[in-house]
Amino acid sequence: MRSKRLIWLFLLPSGLIIACVVFYPFLYNIWISTTNMNLYHIRDYSFQGLRNFREIFGEPDLYYYFGKTVIWTGVNLFFHLFLGISIAMLLNGRVRGRGVFRALLILPWAMPQYISALTWKGMFNYQYGSVNLILRKLGFAGFEWFSNEFWAFLAPIITNIWLGFPFIMVVTLGGLQSIPRDLYEAADIDGASWWQKFRHITLPMLRPVLAPAIVLGTIWTFNNLNVIWLVTERGLPADKSHILVTYVYKAAFTYYRYGYAAAFSIFIFLILLAFVLVYMRQTRTLEQAY
Amino acid sequence: MRKPSRARRIATRALLYTVLVVVTIVTLYPIVQIFGISLRPADQLYSTSLRIVPEDATLEAYRQVIFEKDFFTWLRNSALVAITTAILGVTLASTAGYAFSRFRFKGKKQGLVVILLTQMFPATMLLLPLYVLMNRIGLVDTLLGIIIAYTATTLPFCIWTMKGYYDTIPRDLEEAAVIDGTTQLGAFLRVTLPLSAPALVITGLFSFMAGWSEFIVARVIINKQGLYTLPLGLESLSSTFQTEWANYAAGSVIVCIPVVVLFLLLSRFLISGLTLGGVTGRRDRFPTYRRDDISVRLQTFPA
Repeated sequence: MRSKRLIWLFLLPSGLIIACVVFYPFLYNIWISTTNMNLYHIRDYSFQGLRNFREIFGEPDLYYYFGKTVIWTGVNLFFHLFLGISIAMLLNGRVRGRGVFRALLILPWAMPQYISALTWKGMFNYQYGSVNLILRKLGFAGFEWFSNEFWAFLAPIITNIWLGFPFIMVVTLGGLQSIPRDLYEAADIDGASWWQKFRHITLPMLRPVLAPAIVLGTIWTFNNLNVIWLVTERGLPADKSHILVTYVYKAAFTYYRYGYAAAFSIFIFLILLAFVLVYMRQTRTLEQAY
Repeated sequence: MRKPSRARRIATRALLYTVLVVVTIVTLYPIVQIFGISLRPADQLYSTSLRIVPEDATLEAYRQVIFEKDFFTWLRNSALVAITTAILGVTLASTAGYAFSRFRFKGKKQGLVVILLTQMFPATMLLLPLYVLMNRIGLVDTLLGIIIAYTATTLPFCIWTMKGYYDTIPRDLEEAAVIDGTTQLGAFLRVTLPLSAPALVITGLFSFMAGWSEFIVARVIINKQGLYTLPLGLESLSSTFQTEWANYAAGSVIVCIPVVVLFLLLSRFLISGLTLGGVTGRRDRFPTYRRDDISVRLQTFPA
């Protein structure tokens, strides 16, 4: 078979499905964002230009939620990388039962996210949740996790750190295995310290593997709806725990402000796009993928 | 080269294992916890005990979930959805990923960017339009509707995974096969595909998990009780959370078992299969394959 025909045969089915189920809705969403579609105008909605976008920028909590989203993404990513890389390095050495540790530590990734999130929500319960029970055993009073802005935001962060580090750990383990041993042997002969080896061999060699993982991790964390929505029970206390995505989800599916939510979704997408483009340009992630 | 003293080596080892064990315990705790709750008898649903296995542990909640709810309907629907999604995902991603890895064509770069872009769409951006679209062509309240939605949404990541893996397989292997008389398609099917087993396994696993665990899209597209998948069924238990805490926990444990078992069985593929397109030219993975080996391969599978 000629390779021209093969390209078509191989790309067309995927292309069609993605076009219909992802791109058509994307375009349709742009149209909705310019209308007044909402609970009162489900079918008889009409075009109203950029009013929804103006409304977004008039939103008093916009910067608050934006700030939370940035903190949420940054803190999660930091701990995912820190834990993921350190555990991977511990497991990459000569460790007895390495396979067992590795398999057990992957488990948070294997569980369906909504189940993990609801389980953690239960664990943060003031009276019966095991987090507070353990804290009390240790002599602390325990926290009212969901009645205080700070703690209510910390709870989903803890949950999501738990959920996300296995992905980075697995990617790092794969990367570590591809580093040739002789580089370290050469460094040993030169009398390099542990830190020097890490800084000058391990990190640079891991970069090509970690860069795309960081892009994906950022995107997934930035847009993570499940964890905040379920753990804080729709943004407790009083809508203070939202990030941008959960806020817009509430606007769409609790208040039925479809046009507004559509516009807000585009706004979120554009912020994320800007983030990722800058990051990828700096790390040249995409060039490496060709 | 400095040699650390024996005492210091032992101390480092001890510290290493302590850290690993502590991290593992903390990681497993929530999982163990939900298992513990599922064993609670009705009078201990609200308990301040930290015991993992409660006093008077009982399997009553499992019995209730399995025999008194529509559990088998949910299970059948979920299995159907997840398996179909996995088969579609592997087929489509292995071919599309191959095209992106091996061919030069117009719009290739744009295609890859577009694939990455789809990952950035917030869920809310697709949900409502998707619902309207599915409603128009009669896919609301059908399992086919969510199968299509799941396939499309996981496909970009799967294509990326497959492309990344193909990139690590030297092209010479295919070229050799083509010289030995097979077509490009034949080279793909008989040489590259078998060598990509780890990535194929991972792609299948992710597509399966998407179908097995997804909740939000299913919530929007499926309303008929008879078409509930496991997540929808479990949620219907958790809406009466107060009374069905243990049932919900038992249901969760049952839902987790297949994916956890799959993950454990496939965890060794996870590490080699997920290169994310980052490791190019890693030829050392196939040090022993030379043209002769490929000829042997081709002879065992005559074209």
